[in-house]
Amino acid sequence: MEALQDSGTWEQILRVVSLSDYNTRVVILGTTALGIACGLIGSFMLLRKRSLMADAVSHATLPGIAVAFMVMVAWGGSGKWLPGLLAGAALSGLLGMGLVLVIGKYTRIKEDAALGIVLSVFFGLGVSLLGLIQKMREGSAAGLESFIYGKTASMLTSDALLIGAVAALSIGVVVLLFKEFCLLCFDQDFAAAQGFPVGKLDVLLMTLVVLVTVIGLQAVGLILVIALLIIPPAAARFWTEKLLPLAVIAAAFGGLGGALGAALSAVVPKLPAGAVIVLTNSLFFVLSLIFGSARGVLVRFRQQYQLSRKVGRQHLMRALFECTEDEHREVVSFAELLACRSWTSSRLRSLLGRASRDGLIEGSADGVRLTSAGEEQASRIVRNHRLWELYLINYADIAPSHVDRDADRVEHVLDPATIRRLEELLKEEQKAAPKLSSPHPIERSASS
Amino acid sequence: MTWTSLDTWIVITGILSALACAIPGCFLVLRKMSMMGDAISHAVLPGLALAFLFTHSRDSLSMFIGAAAVGVLTALFIDWVNRLGRVEESAAMGVVFTTLFALGLILIVRGADHVDLDPGCVLYGAVELVPLDTVSVAGWPVPRAVLKLSVMLLLNIGFVCALYKELLISTFDPALSDTQGIPSKWMNFLLMGMVATTAVAAFESVGSILVIAMMIVPAATAQLTTDRLSGMLWISGAVAVASAVFGHLAAITLPPLVGFEDTNTAGMMAVVAGLFFTVAVLFAPRKGILSRLLYQLELTLKVLQEDLLGMLYRLEETPTDSPEFHTEQTIEEALLVNPFQRFLTTYGLKKKGLLKYSDSGWYLTDEGRERARKLVKTHRLWEVYLHTHLDTPHVHSTAHRLEHSIDESQLHQMDQELDYPDIDPHGTPIPRE
Repeated sequence: MEALQDSGTWEQILRVVSLSDYNTRVVILGTTALGIACGLIGSFMLLRKRSLMADAVSHATLPGIAVAFMVMVAWGGSGKWLPGLLAGAALSGLLGMGLVLVIGKYTRIKEDAALGIVLSVFFGLGVSLLGLIQKMREGSAAGLESFIYGKTASMLTSDALLIGAVAALSIGVVVLLFKEFCLLCFDQDFAAAQGFPVGKLDVLLMTLVVLVTVIGLQAVGLILVIALLIIPPAAARFWTEKLLPLAVIAAAFGGLGGALGAALSAVVPKLPAGAVIVLTNSLFFVLSLIFGSARGVLVRFRQQYQLSRKVGRQHLMRALFECTEDEHREVVSFAELLACRSWTSSRLRSLLGRASRDGLIEGSADGVRLTSAGEEQASRIVRNHRLWELYLINYADIAPSHVDRDADRVEHVLDPATIRRLEELLKEEQKAAPKLSSPHPIERSASS
Repeated sequence: MTWTSLDTWIVITGILSALACAIPGCFLVLRKMSMMGDAISHAVLPGLALAFLFTHSRDSLSMFIGAAAVGVLTALFIDWVNRLGRVEESAAMGVVFTTLFALGLILIVRGADHVDLDPGCVLYGAVELVPLDTVSVAGWPVPRAVLKLSVMLLLNIGFVCALYKELLISTFDPALSDTQGIPSKWMNFLLMGMVATTAVAAFESVGSILVIAMMIVPAATAQLTTDRLSGMLWISGAVAVASAVFGHLAAITLPPLVGFEDTNTAGMMAVVAGLFFTVAVLFAPRKGILSRLLYQLELTLKVLQEDLLGMLYRLEETPTDSPEFHTEQTIEEALLVNPFQRFLTTYGLKKKGLLKYSDSGWYLTDEGRERARKLVKTHRLWEVYLHTHLDTPHVHSTAHRLEHSIDESQLHQMDQELDYPDIDPHGTPIPRE
């Protein structure tokens, strides 16, 4: 980071951030637009489980570029006319994508292998053709290799405009056909049954993928454009369970990653912009993986922790209740509780501590007993457990000796509405036993 | 074209790396993990770069260790992202390998002062330069890459031979493999290790694109032609060798046709492998598209021929005053077929001696009448069966479909079960000997 120690560094950062430098402005705006378009289109690919299609498509563009170059040279052109090269790339990208789908559909080869076959064979062909071009007299094919690694920093105004146009086009199409694409992602058969032209929509979506891939080729290169299509949507997935927010967040991540990455590479020397953009997106991905509000690791761990705490508390309450149920005493000793379930003494101690902090139990000289609040909660828990046991015995035909463990797993997730329905279903049994005693002997009372 | 010892070494390098890749490739394809080969061979870039940066040399061993370590790590990372983040597996692959590739690019550019490493040679290799870097083996100059790839190939063959049963079971039925005490998860990591080391050993000489091509394409080609793992391994090996040989031939013979000297050998090897795959897709016995079409055509013809026999028999059954002539046109109209299909039908029957042609039209031979009688009997028995046992109201069209697919003994059994009926539900007599 020796560059940062220069006296002019801050000035340079300022210039980059304020977009006052023309070149930097073009690059940053171009990569931002590219990131937005890729993130948006990539969202649909992610949901269709076709993320790696981008991989095959981007590799498959290479022979198209080479052939377009040769054709243009044969017609007497310079061979480096960008729209021509990109058209060639788009055509062979589409062809590659079509072949993947055809191989997957008409042979026993699975889609993953079809992707690999198309990408390697097309790329091999492209490399061979580039090998030829290098030996052409009009050669100077060095420019073509930039499609493999990209040349973000030397982006021209016309390139940025092209990217902007394609980005605008894809945003427009997605906005117009959002409902249709949504159906296509989630329930293709339903969409077809409703009369939507599923095949055409699919082709349209694939064409958009090819388009953004092709404009990305030139900006960040053949391999890194895959990242722009896959990483932002995968990161956005951690924040939401809905398609619209997913698409918006993915586009935002893509755009932000593009802008930040390009800015960073403009400030720090010797940082290839394409790679920095990808790594910025990867950073977003890792942060989302950890902190994501819908599926992030932390959120999930918290939910699991809370659930296990709730289950532990309910088990404790039920054990306390059942120990004292038919005997005229209130105090249960620690040893007695320990024998109730397969919990360790440290686990039991922490459960007891938490319950007493919550005011559900209170300690006494030779053990613990339920407070009145605890008594109420415990009787409700036990009631749920036994309702469920009765249900399993009466309706699921499970032997009374086996219901305890099954009910044990379900009782914690019974919501009030389900309990009401259970009560209605089991009215008869309840009349017979107003207090709802356990349908089976409680084993531990025999052992203790 | 002039073939020199250089070409021989290039082809040998190609064969060795193609074979070494095809072996783990078969398992990747069968496990639907083909893209893992792609991911790993792209993701080794930072491993290479780090090895360079630390050792400041292009020493093979450190490079190999660095890349192989990152290759195995790639598989681990993908597994983590997949399970911890619940990201769908293909997306997880995409996230991990592009990130590592980007990291590798940055390392290379940042460290460009210290190391001379061209990301291009990672992608498409430099098999043409292989023969120039030789070591002496028993007095013979042998390219270093050939030596390295031979070791890799032997290792792979040894690995598969030693763990064949375990690989087989964990590939086709991971759950069964777990219950049999073969942890499928560890088999998977072993396999990933094999993929990573093979990719690293091979791509230095032939480039990662050929690595991916040789891992996936020969295996997929073999999968189209066989249903057995051992067969698949042998066939994919053969395809790999053929792709390497013909690929290099194509690279040095085709370009001169259009006025160039030669082109990238690794690329052409991938293209030739692709051609083999295309041939397999079209012509593979039983599974190829053309074979399946041919089979369908045969079936269609068989049905058409049997329908024609049945029709002629039924016409003979109804007594008419004047004998009926079955011209081409009446046949086409009755069977709803075009002249070409009609030609195939009558020609086939004539060749089998079941049908004859006279000036007045087509007629059944004695042999043909016998066949037709059996068909009609089958048809009517089916009608009786459907009517009495399944209570189907419209028996004709169903019987029409079923009559083509039943053999002699089943027919006899059905006859017996129906207690040798005399007439079908329509009241037409069932023909008997």
